Order: sequence, then C-alpha cells, then structure tokens
Amino acid sequence: MGSGDPFVIVGCGQAAGWAARTLRQEGHARPIVMIGDEPHPPYERPPLSKAVLLGKAAPESTHLFPGAAWEGLGVEHRRGATATRIEADNRRVVLSDDRSIPYERLLLATGGRVRKLNVAGADLPGIFYLRTIDDSLSLAGELRSDGRLLVVGGGWIGLEVAAAARQRGMEVVLVEAAGQLCGRALAGDIAGHLERLHRDHGADISLNCAVSRFEGTARLERVQLTDGRRLEVSAAVIGVGIAPNDELARGAGLAVDNGIVVDEYGRTSHPDIFAAGDVTNHPNALVGRRIRLESWENAQNQAIVAGKAMLGKTEMPYAEVPWFWSDQYEANLQLIGLPQAWDRVATRKGGAGGSFLVCYFNAGRLQGAVGMNSGRDLKFVRRLMQARASVDPGHISDASIRLQDLLKAAT
Amino acid sequence: MSKPAHQFHRVAAPSDIPAGEALRVKLEQCEIAVFNIDGEFYAIDDVCTHAFALLSEGFVEGDVIECPLHGGRFEIKTGKAVAAPCTVDLRTYPVRREADAILVGIPAAD
Repeated sequence: MGSGDPFVIVGCGQAAGWAARTLRQEGHARPIVMIGDEPHPPYERPPLSKAVLLGKAAPESTHLFPGAAWEGLGVEHRRGATATRIEADNRRVVLSDDRSIPYERLLLATGGRVRKLNVAGADLPGIFYLRTIDDSLSLAGELRSDGRLLVVGGGWIGLEVAAAARQRGMEVVLVEAAGQLCGRALAGDIAGHLERLHRDHGADISLNCAVSRFEGTARLERVQLTDGRRLEVSAAVIGVGIAPNDELARGAGLAVDNGIVVDEYGRTSHPDIFAAGDVTNHPNALVGRRIRLESWENAQNQAIVAGKAMLGKTEMPYAEVPWFWSDQYEANLQLIGLPQAWDRVATRKGGAGGSFLVCYFNAGRLQGAVGMNSGRDLKFVRRLMQARASVDPGHISDASIRLQDLLKAAT
Repeated sequence: MSKPAHQFHRVAAPSDIPAGEALRVKLEQCEIAVFNIDGEFYAIDDVCTHAFALLSEGFVEGDVIECPLHGGRFEIKTGKAVAAPCTVDLRTYPVRREADAILVGIPAAD
C-alpha cells in the first residue's frame, strides 16, 4: 500500500471541499491536509454576486458543509503559507515559508484568479473585484442608493453585480469592450434580450466601450471611458474573467494547456497528482472536445470523481453536459452544452412573463440550449443530451408536446 | 398523561397524488411534500436543505427525489441526503392512509 503520507489538497474552494469529503465518504481515514489562504471553510461562490451581495443571505450560508459537518471531516486546513512548488519525484509540496509537506497523493484544486484591468489608476481604493466572500462583503458596503457604480465587463459577474446594485437603487453604468454582452456564452439575440432586461431596469449599458483611465486622489472619483465620457463614480467593479492558477502544475512539469491537462478521472500527466475544478482542461465526450469550465457544477462533480480516483476508484468517468445559470432581476437564465456552431434553432415560447427555451442543432444533433425562466424544461433537454437522444427540432418548437414525454420515449 | 407526539391532518385523497408525483402541502409552519411511490405515501420537508427550492417540483426517480434547482438528491422514504450538493437530511413526517384520505402528522404543539 501507499507511503502513509497525507493526501494533500492545494486550494480550499468548492472543488477542494468536495474532494476532501469524497475521500472521507470513500473510507479514506488517514490525514488530509488542505493548503489555502481563505479564512473560511470551503464555500460556493454563486451567491456572492447575488444573495450575499444583497445581504439576503449570510456568508455562512455558502459553506459547503454547514456547522460542525466540516470539522467532522477532520481536514487540516493550513492557511498561513501558500504552496510555491511541487517536488513531484520526492512527493512533496514546498510552502512559501520554506517548509514542505510530503504527500502520498496530491490534488490541485487551485481554481482561478481574477484578471486585472491594466489601465491607469486601476489600483485606486474604490475599485473592486469579486471572487471571494470577503470581496463580496467589501463590495456590498459600496452598494447604496446615492452612489453610482461603474461595472467593467458585461459577463455574468458584471451583470449580476449590476442587477444587485440597481436593486439597491444605485445608479449603474456598465461598459463592455465587445459588441455584445456575454460574448463567449450567448448568441447575439439572447444577449440582446439580456441587454433589454438591464436597460428596462435602468442600467446605462455601453457596448464597444472600455475604461481608459481611473482618476482620484485618495480614492476612485472619476472614470474616463473610451467613448469620450468622463463620469463621476462612487465605486467600480471589474469582472473581466479569471485566469487558471496553473503555475504550480507548470513548474512541476505537468502537462498544461489553458489549465492543467487531466483525463476524465481528474488524473494529470503525473500518476500521484490529480486536479479538479476551474483549473482543469478536461475531456468531455458529450461535448466532443477538451474544455475548461468555470462552473459551480464542474467544481463539485469533477472533484468528486477526482477524489475517488485518488483512491484508485475509476468506475465512473466524469462526463456531464455543461450547465450554467445566472440570476438577474426576475430572470433565471440557464445554459446547457457549449454549442459552437449550429444550422438550426428551435424555440419554445413559455407562458406569461416572457419565458423561453432555445435549442441549437447542428447536422441534426442537439448541441445545447439556453432558457429564461424555464429551468424545468431545460432539465429535460439536458437529460435528452446526456442520453445522446435524437431530438426532432419540430418537437421542441411545438409547446403542446411535453418534453418529459420526449425523454420517456427516448430512454 | 402523555400527549400524542404528532397531530394528523388530512391533506389529500389518494387519487390526488398520482404514482411518481408529489403534492405540496403546508401544515402550520411546516412546508411538506407528500410523495406517492408505487401506491405508498411518504411525507418529507418540501424545502431543499442546500438552497431555497421546492422538492415537490423536482424529479422522482424510483424512491429518490432530485431537487429541481441544483440537482441534489434525497431518499423520499428516509429524507436522507444522498447526492451533492446536499449533505443535510430532510425531516420526515408520519403518514396515515385511511379509506379516502391521506393524513400527515406534524409535531404536536405543547
């Protein structure tokens, strides 16, 4: 059997937490050490740009394993130092305080870090990023009805923060450098729908627009935009994506290519080292290519599979249709699959409230779907995709056909 | 003299809940989902222990309910959380079947 050294997890987010719990669930009784610089036990991030930001949910409500449940897992969480190097041949992780920890198996759940905006004044106080509980609480203190918030980036984080700020009665100016919102994730017509939603709630949205300069003496006071406007703002939040924290893996000589390259069990190119969550580049048979996902579900379910693989259990590969959601005002938007190209679109209109479901087909195959306030229908579409079922676009458009009946017929 | 631990309330006729489906009921402060699994009725908390979502709007597979919001799963017969992200079990409530009624018991008030 193994060396008897601990199982070490680098990172302390959602993937780290689920991997640790999975190790315990699967009977691993020996020490687990988790290295990560968070003052909190592992938590989920989605509420940080929604309910926690609005003060409608306590930060503790995001913890994966509430109350004593986390303590009960017996994971030693090392906070003081960060992991700086992996000695893969010696099976040791070297820390920033020059100490090192031997491991039998290592999991890299290092996630991502926010991309910083590289313009003048971007380090002024009053400019925020959103990734952690503490980021969310700091930003929450800036949302007030007599202020004006500049949101840089029209992706999920920017839009959710914009919605929260408007709900607080704050003036919101959002700038997006590309020609549409959520350009990586949404087709133009859906992005236009989202844009109208935000405009209808009073947000000032400018596409093809960026920040040239932040200004202020002790703190952010004004912003100069590339469209020529110079605005007084009380705070700014920047949401321009994350970069994978793959440097440790790279330094250890592991295969890295837009994230740590792993297989469908979270195994890296080194047999003792595993990886899970936002940081991985992994194969997805249902999508038909390698992908790196920044998603709640991936952080959870890939980590569960990787945790089992660390114990040599590889009965169930990780293979799920990607799923994302966002809540903005009264709209719940959900995306499944990662359609890149399509030759046919089928739309199912919902009842009152403008809910809809749009499915994308390519060469007769269902590639993905997006829906607004139609989570239940999307669930059935996702199961159809998961089962690789053949779906007739005409059946999607025909609202008299129940999707659960299509699923029953297909499986 | 001891009081009964539960107070039973009629919530539905058996024909109101088809097999494999659930009925949402509210008894005092308790939000409860009543499920029909192969003709047997079970009552558990309706609100997921992970985030706010109603399990009565979820997906029944055998004797497991999948939450419609994040896909967590619970055993309907025991309330036990069996799939991520759920780790906290649901409360269960006793069910009595009478000829034309399903009764659910909630903890009796003092």
